Amino acid sequence: MSTKVYAGTEVTVNDEGFFADAQQWREEMAPEIAREAGIDTLTSQHWQVIKFMRHEYAEKGTGPSVRALSKTSGVSIKELYQFFPKGPAKLAAKIAGIPKPRGCI
Amino acid sequence: MMQRVVILGGGTAGTLAANRLQREIGGRAAITVVDRDDAHWYQPGLLFVPFGRARPEKIVRSRARQLRPGIGYHDQSPVDHVDIGQRRVHLENGTVLPYEVLVVATGAALLPGETEGLAEAMAQGKAFTFYEPAGAAALRNALAAFDGGRIAVNVVDMPIKCPVAPLEFCFLADWYFRKRGIRDRVELIFVTPLDGAFTKPVASRELSGLLQDKGIELVTEFNTGEVDGDSGRLVSFDGREVGFDLAVVVPAHGGQAYVSRSPGLGDALGFVPADERTLQSKASPDIFVIGDAADLRASKAGSVAHFEGEVLVRNIRSFLDGKPLAGSYDGHANCFIESGFGKALLIDFNYDTEPLAGRFPGRAGLPLLKESRLNHLGKLAFEQFYWRVLLPGRDVPGLATGMPRAGKQFPAAADAGTVLTSSRRHE
Repeated sequence: MSTKVYAGTEVTVNDEGFFADAQQWREEMAPEIAREAGIDTLTSQHWQVIKFMRHEYAEKGTGPSVRALSKTSGVSIKELYQFFPKGPAKLAAKIAGIPKPRGCI
Repeated sequence: MMQRVVILGGGTAGTLAANRLQREIGGRAAITVVDRDDAHWYQPGLLFVPFGRARPEKIVRSRARQLRPGIGYHDQSPVDHVDIGQRRVHLENGTVLPYEVLVVATGAALLPGETEGLAEAMAQGKAFTFYEPAGAAALRNALAAFDGGRIAVNVVDMPIKCPVAPLEFCFLADWYFRKRGIRDRVELIFVTPLDGAFTKPVASRELSGLLQDKGIELVTEFNTGEVDGDSGRLVSFDGREVGFDLAVVVPAHGGQAYVSRSPGLGDALGFVPADERTLQSKASPDIFVIGDAADLRASKAGSVAHFEGEVLVRNIRSFLDGKPLAGSYDGHANCFIESGFGKALLIDFNYDTEPLAGRFPGRAGLPLLKESRLNHLGKLAFEQFYWRVLLPGRDVPGLATGMPRAGKQFPAAADAGTVLTSSRRHE
């Protein structure tokens, strides 16, 4: 665990940069986290996904898989990869300030 | 009046649930099992079919004959949908089954159609899956004819049934080609969407080590977007490629199609969300879920259905009596991992404890997370145990539903897990 400062506020993140506590996240932090991850501008499609990730996390305690994300949002997996090139589920989770989605086993 | 309990699915979970229910409340409840056919496959046996170590016709029995006398059985028609509000199951042939309690036990479906090119590659004989009987038999012939080149073993997406089976396939393939004396001409590569050989850290390290020892390459975080049979390539959504001469693919899984036709029952993938402790569905208090059909963070594995069985039956009884649900499932799972050369590993874990080294079920038991001859014999013996003990829904003396802690080597921090959690709250 370490700390980072986004939008002037210190937050706790894990070794991979995922928020330890989703409560610490604020919308204004998202553009800064996104820039670090190589996404310069957050479009309305990005925001749609980010809000969906937070909603799913609040409901189920984990972020959705890419496939569930695609089926629920109606955005194809290919398009999701265009918005979040390094992997939509992980990258969107990081920007949305929720823990890394756990792989189901 | 007899209360009606309808169980959808006559596989591992549905059968053991029906038998336990019949034994415990058969006097006051009419129990009916619904499936679309009468073929009950011993699914762990499918792993051995491609290597000629199990014959398909030896690992299938009648579904109906695994059920205790007194249990009704429908195999005339698939389920069309469940009407949650009216408490009725509609079958495709028009039959309507009203219920007081519904048990969803329809498992997971393989969805090769969700991956671009996969169905075509399978039809071309370039890609195979051993997760269903015909595929396992076709793969046996393909392996027998294979005399060199690259075999990619690919998991398309999680969750899948028996998450260790693709690893076991790699280990057995290594052994198979060594025995044939052509291992030096065969390249084996395991391609997974996970960030390691397995999800849980301690087991992942052990299993990665085994892959390495056996000369099996590991490619991680590969989310398969396309299987191109013509050019022999797996292509990930982020543009990476793995070439193959033969692909062994575990297709994406989802719930059965009727789940999505039943408003309010399932999630986006067709699995049925349920309370992870009581197994009561989130859709309605009179619907319970057992086995692979559930959207739980437990493995999709037969041992999970077995350990869930006792909790499920206890809670259905309480529900019918109008009492609070006291049964609580801890996520207990237990799997043998066949590693070739007549050896196997055993892992035992639950929601809170990852697979650890030690012995099972106590200090004098089978070695955990370690290759041994004894575990291989355990895996072989499990087949008889499956038909004679697990499906009839018998409790096993000395083998409780909850995960045993005795015999496990807990790291200091994990052993103090509860203490850590409670102290963290005060920070």
